[in-house]
Amino acid sequence: MLEIKDLSLNVEGEKGSVEILHNINLTLEDNKFYVFTGPNGGGKSSLAKVIMGIYKPTQGKIFFNGRDITDLDITERAHLGIGYAFQQPPRFKGLTVEKLLQISAGNNKVVDCCNYLYDVGLCVQDYVGREVDNSLSGGELKRIEIATLLARDLKVAIYDEPEAGIDLWSFSKLIETFRNVHARQHGITIIISHQERILNLADEIILLADGTIKQQGSREYMLPLLLGDIERICPRDRMERGEDSVECNR
Amino acid sequence: MLNAIDKHLLKTIADLHDIPQGAYNIRKNGVGISRSSTANIEIKTKEDKPGIDVIIKPGTKGESVHIPVIISAEGLNDVVYNTFDIGEGADVLIVAGCGIHNSGEGKAQHDGIHNFIVRKGARVRYVEKHYGEGNGRGERILNPQTILELEEGAYAELEMVQIKGVDSTKRYTEAKLGKEAHLLITERLLTHGNQFAESRILIELIGQDSSTQVISRSVAQEDSKQIFYPRVVGYNRCRGHVQCDSIIMDNAQIRAIPEISANHPDAQLIHEAAIGKIAGEQLIKLMSLGLSEKEAEKTILEGFLR
Ligand SMILES: Nc1ncnc2c1ncn2[C@@H]1O[C@H](COP(=O)(O)OP(=O)(O)OP(=O)(O)O)[C@@H](O)[C@H]1O
Ligand SMILES: [Mg+2]
Repeated sequence: MLEIKDLSLNVEGEKGSVEILHNINLTLEDNKFYVFTGPNGGGKSSLAKVIMGIYKPTQGKIFFNGRDITDLDITERAHLGIGYAFQQPPRFKGLTVEKLLQISAGNNKVVDCCNYLYDVGLCVQDYVGREVDNSLSGGELKRIEIATLLARDLKVAIYDEPEAGIDLWSFSKLIETFRNVHARQHGITIIISHQERILNLADEIILLADGTIKQQGSREYMLPLLLGDIERICPRDRMERGEDSVECNR
Repeated sequence: MLNAIDKHLLKTIADLHDIPQGAYNIRKNGVGISRSSTANIEIKTKEDKPGIDVIIKPGTKGESVHIPVIISAEGLNDVVYNTFDIGEGADVLIVAGCGIHNSGEGKAQHDGIHNFIVRKGARVRYVEKHYGEGNGRGERILNPQTILELEEGAYAELEMVQIKGVDSTKRYTEAKLGKEAHLLITERLLTHGNQFAESRILIELIGQDSSTQVISRSVAQEDSKQIFYPRVVGYNRCRGHVQCDSIIMDNAQIRAIPEISANHPDAQLIHEAAIGKIAGEQLIKLMSLGLSEKEAEKTILEGFLR
């Protein structure tokens, strides 16, 4: 169980300190599948980074199975079984896919790269020896990033917009993979996403906007709200542009 | 004949566990101590100056030559001239390299001057590793020169590696390429402490459709200094690509002064150079997989210099 209590996050921007997360209270339970959603800039990635230990909260505490982990660093949280797949994964010159997956699986385990690559729809022979550098396409890099989490035994797995850049044909397979991994790991799965098909996987959906939790609840409760009532998230009186100035996909 | 230190140096620079197969010449503390020629590869002592001539018969395929140099005495300044004549159509591997174990106060220096002629259609891969060790205060200095001439259709690949242990190095590499010749240079360098490393490269693309690629990767740590002067000059329809990529750490200094110069309208020359520290995102990613910050840094550097 992961508990976030009265958590706020300020970061130093160009114009001084800005608050990115405000008074977040959240309890996430084992064996449950969560989706964080909400508008761009709402604070989803920032919350994920706070859980991973990449950002230190300005206020508040994080408890993992009753233990206060607020002051643990990234490595220590990784050892507790917390993992985060980046929205924009970094590239590494000279580091091979195989080596990266080996690191993920822990150096003492015999890594079965093949399965993890297969799970993200990549042909093993083509990819194990490749370097995780600029030669990979955006979608390939995202898939490998997802595989680095699949290779680990995680208690809390956070995937940040895993579907971004993944083609339509592979999408169903990816959904299937998330379903299987979640069933296997008995932990907490969090996916940050804007996609209806991923929202459909959730036990619970958490809507983040302006750095706070605007709404949260079961999928059955949240989906109609999110899909039907866009007005509630972006009230028309606060919108500066008309709907026809952007392409709306939903 | 080879003691434990010698064997360790040999293993590090040439991946050799003992006396190699095929043609070889082992030089220790300024004198040749062991040599073997084969039916296709002849190694003989130069008559006018220290060094050897390595003559590879035309058409020799799949053979290798090992010419490691080991220095375990202090106060030695070893200058050696080696000439390689790679016959038409041959395809060979040459493994050179110098290991210095200096546990004394005086300096130990080795300047290897290597001349290559790669004849028509021949292919050669040349691997040169530098390594220094020993806890004495004596400096370990290596100043290699590699001069190449590539005839029509010749192909040469130079792999030059120096990871730690060498206090001062000035490397000079020069090549003239004939028609349709190709030269690939990969250079990997890591300096630390107060080490100094300089690498000058001059490649002249003389023949039509000659081409070259230079990939230089370096890491400068602590108070070390590195200077790179890669130059590619095109005199014909040709292609040249130079990539210099450096990671800078601590108080190190790196200078890269590239030059590409074209003397023909169909010369296509590109230079890319970048110096920067390890990206924070890379460290964070590896730490989030369970590595400590130090382990993450080591993994990134090992990959970079692979
Ligand atoms: N290190 C930082 N420095 C300054 N501002 C930041 C920093 N990290 C995040 N922000 C800001 O905080 C807000 C929330 O960012 P965050 O990345 O968490 O949003 P998000 O919900 O993940 O958005 P998206 O859907 O676009 O990925 C944004 O306005 C962003 O610009
Ligand atoms: Mg985000």
